[in-house]
Amino acid sequence: MYVQCGVTPIDFVAVLLVISVFAGVLGSLVGLGGGIVVVPVLTLVFHIDIRLAIGASIVSVIATSSGAAATYVKERMTNLRAGMFLEIATTTGAVSGAYLTTVVPTRALFVLFGVVLSYSAFAVYHKRHATAVLTTSSDRIANYFDLHGSYYDEAEHQEITYKVTGTKVGLAMMYVAGMVSALLGIGSGALKVPAMDLAMHLPMKVSTATSNFMIGVTAAASAGFYFARGQIDPIIAAPVAIGVLGGAMFGARLLGRITNTAVRIIFVGVLVVVAIEMLQRGVL
Amino acid sequence: MPDMTPDPLAGRPPEFAVRAPGAPRHQRVVDDEKVRQSELAISLVLRVGVSLAVALALAGLGLTFARHPGYLRLSGSSYHPLTQLGSHFPHTIGQLGHALAIGDGRGLIGLGLLVLIATPVLRVAVAVLTFAYEKDPPMTIVTLFVLAVLVGSFFVGGG
Repeated sequence: MYVQCGVTPIDFVAVLLVISVFAGVLGSLVGLGGGIVVVPVLTLVFHIDIRLAIGASIVSVIATSSGAAATYVKERMTNLRAGMFLEIATTTGAVSGAYLTTVVPTRALFVLFGVVLSYSAFAVYHKRHATAVLTTSSDRIANYFDLHGSYYDEAEHQEITYKVTGTKVGLAMMYVAGMVSALLGIGSGALKVPAMDLAMHLPMKVSTATSNFMIGVTAAASAGFYFARGQIDPIIAAPVAIGVLGGAMFGARLLGRITNTAVRIIFVGVLVVVAIEMLQRGVL
Repeated sequence: MPDMTPDPLAGRPPEFAVRAPGAPRHQRVVDDEKVRQSELAISLVLRVGVSLAVALALAGLGLTFARHPGYLRLSGSSYHPLTQLGSHFPHTIGQLGHALAIGDGRGLIGLGLLVLIATPVLRVAVAVLTFAYEKDPPMTIVTLFVLAVLVGSFFVGGG
């Protein structure tokens, strides 16, 4: 019953291309890399080794990030300053994670991560209707580096000016996000978005756009390593890269037009799926 | 579909240029023109990077299928040997050079993927320059630090 029996190389490339377009659209909207779609499809449908699937996932993260960010930055949806500032924590977290890979029990980490994501899904769902943005901030770090911003909301037809707070909590969560992505090879966007939406009070769309902007850098830090180890197979990675880039560019034009509440609900749905996936990997 | 994207600058309130409440301690002087130029520069780097990567990957896929007409047949061959852990594809600079020299499509794809991987790193490097151009020392230092960790991580991971 397995599909791979009659699947020729051209079928494989064509099917993967179409699925990757979908992954790119979804990934660019919620600020995750699209690996959540690509990895299960490759392993469960095409029976490809998990190591090659993770290599393809890294490619899809970078493709989603760069493809969507080109548009988000131009349209000022990304908070460039906050993104760059928080990358201090994600990159150092990623390096620490790379050192810890041999000592940390991965299964326990999958379970812990699954629990954390379940909680974030609940918390984001709880504040799904929140629209108020901060108009003042007494956060000294945010004020010093001037991390506040504004964007034009196409759904509300107005310029939204917002203040940023909670940078210390944000930095701590970003450090963990970087570490987790280095340890598990996935999931950094799933922690970045709640860090910005819940802890730092960035508007939801700005959070997903800024997460999108950042995940490429976190993934690039380990991509060279995966490439050199031969985990990035060109016949898998080419359709993934092309499809995801196309999808991400389309998704990036979509984000401005939908409401913050809709973005939160899509994000929660995706987060629940990722959380289940994590728990499953930790327990089974 | 008509292009409905409005000019992002259109709805910008006049006070945008003056960061009034909670003004930063180091009194960053915001030059709107420069900030906009920086945003466009970063966007351009990303756009050029991904376009080049897609072009190379497409050309590589085309070349691979052109050289192996069997892959195009709708039956009789399987994708599986191409996508197994042991399947042969270039994954070091030397192998990549060799694959390109003999006109193997997978060499072109590999080159495109390296361009894709390098794009975010280049984006950080450009941000160091744009923050310096905006005369913003704190953010320049922040970005420089990120670039250093990123470049360092290539050696940590690759070593």
